Amino acid sequence: MADGITLENVVKTYGNGDTAVHALRGVNMSVAKGEVVGLIGPSGSGKSTLLKCLGAVIEPTSGKMTIGDQCIYDNGWKVRDLRALRRDLIGFIFQAPYLIPFLDVTDNVALLPMLAGKPNAVARKMARDLLDALDVGHRAAAMPSQLSGGEQQRVAIARALINRPPVILADEPTAPLDGQRALAVVALLNDMAQQFDTAIIIVTHDEKIIPTFKRLYNIREGLTVEEIPQGIASPAPAVALFEGDTARDKV
Amino acid sequence: MISLAGRDILHGWGKFVLTGVGLGLLIGVTLSMAGVYRGMVDDAQALLDNSHADLWVVQKDTLGPYAEPSSLPEDSERPIQAMRGVAQAAGVTYLTMQIAQGDKDVRVMVVGTEMGEPGMPGQPTHLIAGRQIVRGHYEAVADVKSGFALGDRVKVRRNFYTVVGLTSRMVSSGGDPMLFLSLKDAQAAQFQKDSDAIVRQRARTEANPQLNPPGNPAVAAAVNAVQSGNTNVNAVLVTITPDADPDLVADAIRRWQRLTVYTRAEMEEILVQKLIANSARQIAMFLVILSIVSAAIVAFIIYTMTIGKIREIAVLKLIGTRNRTISWMILQQALGLGLIGFVVGKIAASLWAPFFPKYVLLLPADSIRGFFAVMLICTLASVLAIQAALKVDPAEAIGG
Repeated sequence: MADGITLENVVKTYGNGDTAVHALRGVNMSVAKGEVVGLIGPSGSGKSTLLKCLGAVIEPTSGKMTIGDQCIYDNGWKVRDLRALRRDLIGFIFQAPYLIPFLDVTDNVALLPMLAGKPNAVARKMARDLLDALDVGHRAAAMPSQLSGGEQQRVAIARALINRPPVILADEPTAPLDGQRALAVVALLNDMAQQFDTAIIIVTHDEKIIPTFKRLYNIREGLTVEEIPQGIASPAPAVALFEGDTARDKV
Repeated sequence: MISLAGRDILHGWGKFVLTGVGLGLLIGVTLSMAGVYRGMVDDAQALLDNSHADLWVVQKDTLGPYAEPSSLPEDSERPIQAMRGVAQAAGVTYLTMQIAQGDKDVRVMVVGTEMGEPGMPGQPTHLIAGRQIVRGHYEAVADVKSGFALGDRVKVRRNFYTVVGLTSRMVSSGGDPMLFLSLKDAQAAQFQKDSDAIVRQRARTEANPQLNPPGNPAVAAAVNAVQSGNTNVNAVLVTITPDADPDLVADAIRRWQRLTVYTRAEMEEILVQKLIANSARQIAMFLVILSIVSAAIVAFIIYTMTIGKIREIAVLKLIGTRNRTISWMILQQALGLGLIGFVVGKIAASLWAPFFPKYVLLLPADSIRGFFAVMLICTLASVLAIQAALKVDPAEAIGG
């Protein structure tokens, strides 16, 4: 499968000299289009830094990042317009839906193509089609405050997918949901990844959904990312993964 | 492109409109203050217009008759009348005083004018009811603002006068309505002493051998007659012939009559630049303070509205919204608030203007200037909120 996103030896250091904090020390990871992977790790492991680098919110100190066919960072060189890059190549799903409260469901989803310059009518048609595909088409005219939590999360997913980005970053998307709903959201994301040929990285602490991933990346105190081969992940060791090095030994 | 500001305003329109109304009332006060100043200037100009004079001849070295006391002999008008370029000349008296109107007091400017045709210098114009003064005594023409009606009896000093005519917009530079009397009556009102003072004056005259020489009682009688009356006027109003140059005529009067003369432009400068200068500065200070307060309120409202949307702004930035789109959204909201505020302020100022004790003149040009000033203030006030929005880190939308 084609690569959705690739990181090669990505380093991120905050500050310099004696006070330097090495948040990422050479991360390598690759997620193919159509694939859903999990990213787990204890607090302070560099997970958020990695997520921000993946989301083109902060620049790595060194290394190389590629989204789809486009190199976005290569040892100091970077794409000039990171906003446009985020808008066109990356979809975001947050812990809470964070829908824009003053836009209705359709415009929340259609906002990105509108920002990209698509005519309003075209963008709204795209949004309605996507909302139909996610089974929230009947709520297209509602305001976010009128939706249930599950509906809001589906709208947020639709917003992330609307520009057909090669990669979607989901930051603990199941955190506010109960077990069944959480699993349903992951199943939906798996379907969407296949249907839209998108690489999806789900950052999670949610023990319930960890067994569902075919591949997991565990970011550890050593500030490196290690790929856990397919089939290794299971509920019991996954829980232990959050406990740091000891857990690593258990894995 | 979708209007984010418009959607945000529509989403919480009630709160937005109420905020705009609050701001509007403040803008209304600001417009009213400007209107008060314009009213003062207009009152001054109305006074000059209604005088029907091209030149004001006053006591030498005074700024009379409106800004300083001025007194000159009534017959000063005769040599002036005879000068080249002078069409008409008439003596007038001005006296601002408090008189009873029903069960309350009203402040009026009592104007004494010579009997004459309408249009003569000093004659009341803008007659809206009744007639001019045609009898030498005990008739008055009052401005409607004084509250008097036709047939009312007005007491000025010791005498009663019947209101025979009503005028409009005949006011002093201070906005007090005018009450026209015949020149003789007005002179009496202005200069006549009370009975006790006359008795004491006569006693002093009789006790003075120079004023009451033995064997010649006619001298004291003559002195008393002179002292009990006063034929002075405060100014002589002059109109010039169409072919005459007011400056040249004024120069001639100054030179040959040794009096101070003001042209229309000079008198306007005295009234606007000198007489109401302090009031104007006072109002200007209010305008500046109100503008600053308005700006601070708009800034605070817009800043608070923006801070309340920090998470949404972070999300918008993260998903690729440009800074200029976010800045434009905030600026549009500030301008929208200013627009609502201005409309409400303009309506409010127009509605409450008639209830002001002084004339409030709301000029369309001032409203246009006010509109642009409000928009400018709103633009400047939004800078703080825009800065806050631009500082929002898109990473705030991502947990961790």
